[in-house]
Order: sequence, then structure tokens, then C-alpha cells
Amino acid sequence: MTGLLHQIASGIASGAIYASVALALVMIYQATHHVNFAQGEMATLSTFVCLTLIQAGIPFWVAFVVALLLSFAFGAVVERVLMRPMMDAPVLASVGVFIGLLLIINALDGWIFGYTIKPFPSPFHSAHAMLGGYVSPHEIGATALTLLVLVLVWLFFRFTTLGLAMRAAAHNPASARLCGVRVNLMLSLGWGLAAAIGGAAGIMVAPIVFLDPNMMSGILLYAFAGALLGGIDSPLGAVIGGFAVGVLENLFGAYVVGTELKLTVALVIIVAVLVIKPAGLFGRAVHSRV
Amino acid sequence: MPALLEVRGLTAGYGETNVLHGLDFAVEEGGVTALLGANGAGKTTTLRALCGTIRRAGEMTLGGARIDRTATEDIVRLGVGHVPDGRGTFMELTVEENLRLGAYTRRDRAGVAADMERLFGYFPRLKERIRQQAGTLSGGEQQMLAISRALLVKPQLLLLDEPSFGLAPLIVQDIFHILRRINTEERMSILVVEQNASLALDLADHAYLLETGRIVISGTAAEIRQDETVRRSYLGY
Repeated sequence: MTGLLHQIASGIASGAIYASVALALVMIYQATHHVNFAQGEMATLSTFVCLTLIQAGIPFWVAFVVALLLSFAFGAVVERVLMRPMMDAPVLASVGVFIGLLLIINALDGWIFGYTIKPFPSPFHSAHAMLGGYVSPHEIGATALTLLVLVLVWLFFRFTTLGLAMRAAAHNPASARLCGVRVNLMLSLGWGLAAAIGGAAGIMVAPIVFLDPNMMSGILLYAFAGALLGGIDSPLGAVIGGFAVGVLENLFGAYVVGTELKLTVALVIIVAVLVIKPAGLFGRAVHSRV
Repeated sequence: MPALLEVRGLTAGYGETNVLHGLDFAVEEGGVTALLGANGAGKTTTLRALCGTIRRAGEMTLGGARIDRTATEDIVRLGVGHVPDGRGTFMELTVEENLRLGAYTRRDRAGVAADMERLFGYFPRLKERIRQQAGTLSGGEQQMLAISRALLVKPQLLLLDEPSFGLAPLIVQDIFHILRRINTEERMSILVVEQNASLALDLADHAYLLETGRIVISGTAAEIRQDETVRRSYLGY
């Protein structure tokens, strides 16, 4: 029983990370109808930048904020420079760009920061484990912070005019332009925001899985499974799907397939969702009448 | 007095193909101009060219300022409200959010709130459905929403793309009645594109007939109504 609770608790902790990355994927999918395969590598880069800042003696939270701001700028620039010219290109061409970006960032990370696996400091340290030892202080802190980020993002999209304009630009760019929304700028902002959300997830997961250029490759797969499970066009679905995948992955890993085959769970979820319910659990059925 | 909108030698098209071959027309301040024509004559293309959503060339001035090289988002800011082909509803958003987007370029919150109330006077149905997802509205309600969104821009010029399209006759009557009121009570200048010539001529003071991207007949609404060709081909009597 204790073991089960422990597995669920740490599943929720990794689920929070998957949920963030899934949300970043969904944000870009909604705006562009593409899945950004480089989302994970962009997050790894953010994490390396954060570590570099920390090692330069900058306090953790300052480094965290600066790294996210830089990630935001990087995401916006990627959209402006790489994706904008691809706007009317065939899907496969865009996929090619995403994969190229993935490989480039991955190689750059290795070249600049090295391939050795690095420990990453946690801002949430405490001498003893909490909640009867089920979860580490870092897991609780990281989950809380991730939830905070998700709530802030939700508030931003739900209640601000800029958030509304970004949603409008994603759903119906032609009509948004006719309302005066600068759609291209919204796309850049969306990419920036997605990159910052992914970066936060990377920094929160690094103390658990340790940092190397391939840190996010498995996580991206889980996040992708979460996004699909929740519905690739539903931000709320992505978050719930991310948590669900985190818990499922841990339970299956502990009791069914073993830790070595855990990643298979993600792949099985992806295939199962695509075969049984491609729209996902929360995939929107748009009501429209003419 | 110079016209509010003046267009000279407008050509426009999609990709390599030109659809408009040099249009000249105008909309008077406070007036209603109708562009008539059959399917494929270039009516919708003309409105798209005005708003800069497609490739276009020629001279276009709005209140004396050139707009032929201006981006769509800035043309909106100069005061052009566009009720587009297909109504442009943000299906996934609520009615209220759709309306807020209409007022996106404005910073005068009090003015926007007052304008919304005034529009609810014309279209009480929208107020009843304010929290509803806009995709669930009927076609007529979506047309009302599109008109309201365009008016919330606080435009000098309202562009209407086939406001009667796909709607029941009674609803069409309602909508045209309200458009008439918006024109007379608020002195809103309107450029309306319609397949239904008789309906458009009732509303308009000036009209142009488009055929395959060229203006073939122009004049006051009364003159156009008397024109033999228009009568036979477009009014059907």
C-alpha cells in the first residue's frame, strides 16, 4: 500500500512536468497545426542556460526567471526566423524543419555544455522527506511550481485581452486580422510562451533526472502521449492527460512492465489513442450550424 | 466634397490569376454603395483587396489617406469594419469574447461598453446569448454577431459581404432593416456586396454592376434599377 501511494505521488510529480510540456505542444499545435518536435530540446537548452547562470553565482530564482525570459525570446525568434517562412509550406516540410531544429539544438547543447551527465541543484531542499516519506521536497516544490505556472497561463488566456487575441489568432487568423489583431506577432508570442513553459518544466525536472543534452527526449514522448490522450487541441486536456500519463507510467513501471519498459507505456498510449479515440478525451467537438 | 473611399484602377487576384481588372468606384461619406454581380464576378475579391488580405494594386484612399499598401491590421485601425464572407465567427469563443475582439483596437473602455449596449438594442438576441459559444448560434445570429463585431471597431466605413447569404427571408429583412437604421441614425458609410440585387438596391444610394472583374454599369440606385440589363438579368422581371 505504501509502495502504491509512493508510486502515485511520484507519478503526479512527473505528471506535472509532462503536463507543462504537453501544454507547450498544444499551444503551438492550436496556432499552427504542427507538433513542435523540438519542444523538448528547446527546454533542455533553457535548462543548460539556467545551470550556467547558477554556476556563475547567480541565485537560483533569478537564474530561473532570466532563463525563462531568454527561452521566451528564443522561442519567438525561432518562430519569426524559421517557422514564418514555412507558413504555407507542405506539412512534411515543416516536420523537416522541426526535426532539423531538434538535431541542431541537441548537438549545440552537447558542443557547448558537454555530454557528461550533470547534477542540477534543487531550490526546494529540506533535510527530511515530507508527507511520511512518500515524496521528496523537490517533487512537492516542482509540482506546486508547475501547477502555479499552469494556473497563470490559464488566467492569462482566459482573462486578458492579449490572451484573447492570441486565442483568436490561433482559431481564426483571417477573422482576427479583420479585428486588428496582429496575428504574426501573436504567433511569435505564442512560441515564446510555449518555450518558456517548456523551459520551466526542464528546470524543474533536471534535479530528478539529471541534465544532459538528451534529458528531454523521453519526457517529450510522455508529454506527447499526454497531449494526445487529453486531445491535441485542448489545453486543459493536455494538462490532465499529462498528469494521467505520469501516474500510469509509474504504476505500469512498478507493477506491470518494469522500469526498463516504462517508455513503452507512452508509445502504447499514443497508439491506443490514435486507434480508439483520435480526438482524445477532451478533444473539442466544435458545434457549428449554418 | 470628396468621397470617403475612392478606388482607382484596382486590380487584385489570387496567386498568378487576376480576378479584378481595374475597378474605379467610390463610397460617399454617409452613403451606401452596392456592388452587384453574379457568382464569381469579383465582389468578395473586391472587399478582400480593400482590406489587404490578398495581393492588390491600384490607388485606394480612405478619407484622403492612401491604403493600398497598408497592412490589414492597420486598415482596421484607420476605421474599416469588415463583415467577411462566411461571417468570420470565432466558433470556439463565446459571443462576448467575439465582441471584445471587435473592440480589440480600442482603448476607450467606457465607449466600448456604451457601443455594446447600443448594439444590443439592435440585436437583443446577442445579449441573451452573451455567454454562449458562438459556434452554437444560428446563421442569422452569427451574421448579427459579425455586424456587431465590425461596428465595434468604430469604423468610418462598414464593408458587408453578402449579409443575406444563407439566411431565411424574414431574418434577411430584419438585418437589412437594421442596416438601414445604422446608416441613417449613425450616418455610417456602407459598402455592401450582394447577389440579391433588389435587396441591395433598396439599401443603397449608388450601385455598380460587376461582371468578370470589370465594372459594366454604374449609377445611382434608382438609375440601376431602371437599367434594362440589370432588370432582366439580376432583378428578374
